[in-house]
Amino acid sequence: MTPSSSIAAPGAAVPGHEAHDDHGHHPSYLTDGTTVKSWLLTVDHKRIGIMYMAWILLFFLVGGIFALLIRIELLTPGPTIMDAMTYNRVFTLHGVVMIFLFMIPAIPGIFGNFMLPLMLGAKDVAFPRLNLLSLYVYLAGAGFALWGMLNGGLDTGWTFYTPYSAHTTTTVAPVLFGAFIIGFSSILTGMNFIVTTHTMRAPGITWFKMPLMVWALYATSCIQVLATPVIGLLLLLVTAENLFSLGMFDVARGGDPVLFQHLFWFYSHPAVYIMVLPAFGVMSEVVSAFSRKNIFGYRAVAYSSVGIAFVGFFAWGHHMFVSGQSTFNAGVFGVLSMLVGVFTAIKVFNWVGTVYKGAVEFSTPFAYFCGFLFFTVFGGMTGIAVATVSLDVPWHDTYFVVAHFHFIMVGATIMAFLAALHYWFPKMFGKMYHEGWGLVSAALIILGFNATFIPQFLVGNAGMPRRYYEYPERFQALNVASTAGASLLAFGFIIIAIYLTYALIYGKRVDNPWNSKGYEWLTMSPPPTHNFIGPQPTYPEEPHFYVDPKKAQGEVSDV
Amino acid sequence: MSDLANQFLFLPERASTFAERVDFLHYFVVGTTMVMSAGVGLAALFMFFRYRRRESHQHTEYVVPDLKTEFLFVSVPLVFFLAWFAIGFRDFTWYTTPPKDSMDVYVMGKQWMWKFSYPEGPNGVNVLHVPANRPVRLLITSRDVIHSFYVPSFRIKMDALPGRYTQAWFEATKPGTYQVLCTEYCGLSHSKMLAEVVVLSPEDYENWLKEQQRGRLQDRQDALADTSLVPPVARMAEQGQKLVGTQGCLKCHSVDGSKHIGPTFLGLYERNEKLEDGQNIRVDEAYITQSMMDPGAHIVAGYQNVMPTYQGKLQGPESAAIVEYIKTLRTANVRETASEGPAYDPIQ
Ligand code: HEM
Ligand SMILES: [Cu+2]
Repeated sequence: MTPSSSIAAPGAAVPGHEAHDDHGHHPSYLTDGTTVKSWLLTVDHKRIGIMYMAWILLFFLVGGIFALLIRIELLTPGPTIMDAMTYNRVFTLHGVVMIFLFMIPAIPGIFGNFMLPLMLGAKDVAFPRLNLLSLYVYLAGAGFALWGMLNGGLDTGWTFYTPYSAHTTTTVAPVLFGAFIIGFSSILTGMNFIVTTHTMRAPGITWFKMPLMVWALYATSCIQVLATPVIGLLLLLVTAENLFSLGMFDVARGGDPVLFQHLFWFYSHPAVYIMVLPAFGVMSEVVSAFSRKNIFGYRAVAYSSVGIAFVGFFAWGHHMFVSGQSTFNAGVFGVLSMLVGVFTAIKVFNWVGTVYKGAVEFSTPFAYFCGFLFFTVFGGMTGIAVATVSLDVPWHDTYFVVAHFHFIMVGATIMAFLAALHYWFPKMFGKMYHEGWGLVSAALIILGFNATFIPQFLVGNAGMPRRYYEYPERFQALNVASTAGASLLAFGFIIIAIYLTYALIYGKRVDNPWNSKGYEWLTMSPPPTHNFIGPQPTYPEEPHFYVDPKKAQGEVSDV
Repeated sequence: MSDLANQFLFLPERASTFAERVDFLHYFVVGTTMVMSAGVGLAALFMFFRYRRRESHQHTEYVVPDLKTEFLFVSVPLVFFLAWFAIGFRDFTWYTTPPKDSMDVYVMGKQWMWKFSYPEGPNGVNVLHVPANRPVRLLITSRDVIHSFYVPSFRIKMDALPGRYTQAWFEATKPGTYQVLCTEYCGLSHSKMLAEVVVLSPEDYENWLKEQQRGRLQDRQDALADTSLVPPVARMAEQGQKLVGTQGCLKCHSVDGSKHIGPTFLGLYERNEKLEDGQNIRVDEAYITQSMMDPGAHIVAGYQNVMPTYQGKLQGPESAAIVEYIKTLRTANVRETASEGPAYDPIQ
């Protein structure tokens, strides 16, 4: 079958579109029941996605406020606005909130939940009730963790290294327990996505016709299911150690002071890919939609997600080159880390290749794609640099590492998060925002981000360790630059909050403003409760098929 | 040239032989990164203009890369990454293998100070004196939580773990004073855990050493902060000899080669011990320390796991002193049941 050139489905019927201008008969998921109860007890993956969004944005705000407090404190070498103990709690709170409450759940929780079933032509995820449960489990964990941090507050950093975390007098237990609970939410969502991908694909969607976002979510879910139990157990061990002094990490009683680090990074290294793989998935969708082109090396991008998920498990030791691990181990972890870099490089080249002979529209999501490309290349390359064993010796635990992981993990993820927000905003709410403000804030954010973290690479080179409340005078200029950048960044976010809220209320009604051929656009925007009106659609074409139907026959040979 | 590069990259002064190696690789990696990123960035920019959208429903060609292209995408980065790894790992091996003739200094991290002790006598808090152009091996441990010993100008860093010795070494290239920072978060005053390395010319160092041995405590203010930690100036080995008596080590260990409840100390250092679980282990500072702090970790074949732990009982550099004492009990020809001569010599 040949694809038609209109917005409507390629080939086969997508009944959603017939009823399209008839919103009254087919209420969207947003208007189908408006009571509070109909939201809180919903099993609709789209509503669950929206509820995740509300909470995750709130936590992002909390984490962001603490980030600014950190930056303000570091404006001067000595004490600026708080004392050392407060500072130590603030950076811990910032790390825990950003990692566990924002970055890990953000893209899967919001956009994964919303888009995955749409992209697979399914009515919902495989286990809708479990999906709702995972939201409440997440909130319960978040509640525990925040309660602990505000009552007593812990000062260990988000890495909770023992033996410090077993000795500190601050209240470690509730926060660790909160993180433990959040882990369950992660596992539940992961399982749900895996089963959905295996069993709910509409007729016609073979594995190699799945959108790349689905591949990325699938790989992420595998990591979540396999790695999260390890940190779960570890957090329990530390809690027990802290409460009952069991001696697990105490040398005097046969414990091992670095055992914690092995177990922690065995989870947390793959966890960085839990954060960044969904971002890669979003970007594959965005670059294709805004270049109006099929992905250059679709299979290479799909396989590399799985490749990253796999080798990501064998690289954890690169966080511990100077922890007294053997030279041989350092070598093995060093080489394996290089492989992760290669898989990421494949993706980068194929994204750039996608633009080749495309038709680029430079709108807000694409602006974020450009920022993303920069952060991924630079963040990834600095990752290779720190995985180069001897170079990591001076860099380890300095601001260079802070800059590295903010570039790749925060930079790339935030770019993808904002790109997804702007790309799918019309899909989720059927409204359009102001494009000009979109581009302005994108520029501010990308600039602000660079201005914040490039000085941190340099101050790391100069030797400033991370988690420093005070620092020698000679590091000040770069710290001031970084703080200035952070305020630019904050400003960008404020603008976004304003125009998106405005668009939500007064925005122009739209259906598919991008003329995107991603599968999720095949139904109306916002989608109806069961995603599609009428029978399940079928999908004869691969996603992102922008070829001229007249020429399609001859050209599509090499799929 | 490379000074300019260092300024541009904000790298501190280069003051050790390791710094020179690391910086070379640093330029290589950073340079390639810049070129690569610029290449990808410019190619992307060019295409954004060249292939901008001309009409909203524009069609595109269906382009897929051939195998050769994908192969290129994989192999070019891989070759570079492996090259960096190879150089980096060679340098790292060099960094983790102290030369045999290096001078030893014991380093202990404690919330929130660095304590240094020399086998030959003097001790210091927060100031480490070393001669220039001579390899110095640091035997690093911690009394409480994990710390990390970092000297930016030397480009060296090593974690300090409670109850274990880790080692690092450096050869300072020019006299001067260099800052020591702690890079593993260790609580309230983590950022105040500063010290300095004073590199002296060999003559100055000899003079300094003599003065120390005359029994003058360093009159540094910070030493007053915790004088209890500063043991009387004496050779560490002598101090160790007293300690094995007062701490009760000799109730189970002999120093004359005879077998008792525990293995003898005579010839222990650098001996190859056969363990209960069938493994072999070469006795070094790290092993001796671990045996004091966590006696159950490795049981020598033929002995019972009866030794009590000394973690928390041995103060500050006392365990270092015992290690030094055991190191003096070397003899070429004493063999004891479980031992089996050195199995290998370290590289270099
Ligand atoms: C792809 C996404 C990546 C993310 C999200 C990420 C994230 C992170 C994070 C969070 C840390 C900091 C850990 C900490 O000290 O608290 C880190 C450190 C590190 N990363 Fe990455 N990273 C990524 C890519 C890479 C790559 C491709 C490599 C190398 C092949 C790499 C190598 C390292 C190394 C060696 C460290 C430890 C440095 C040190 O502590 O001295 N990373 N990364
Ligand atoms: Cu410390």
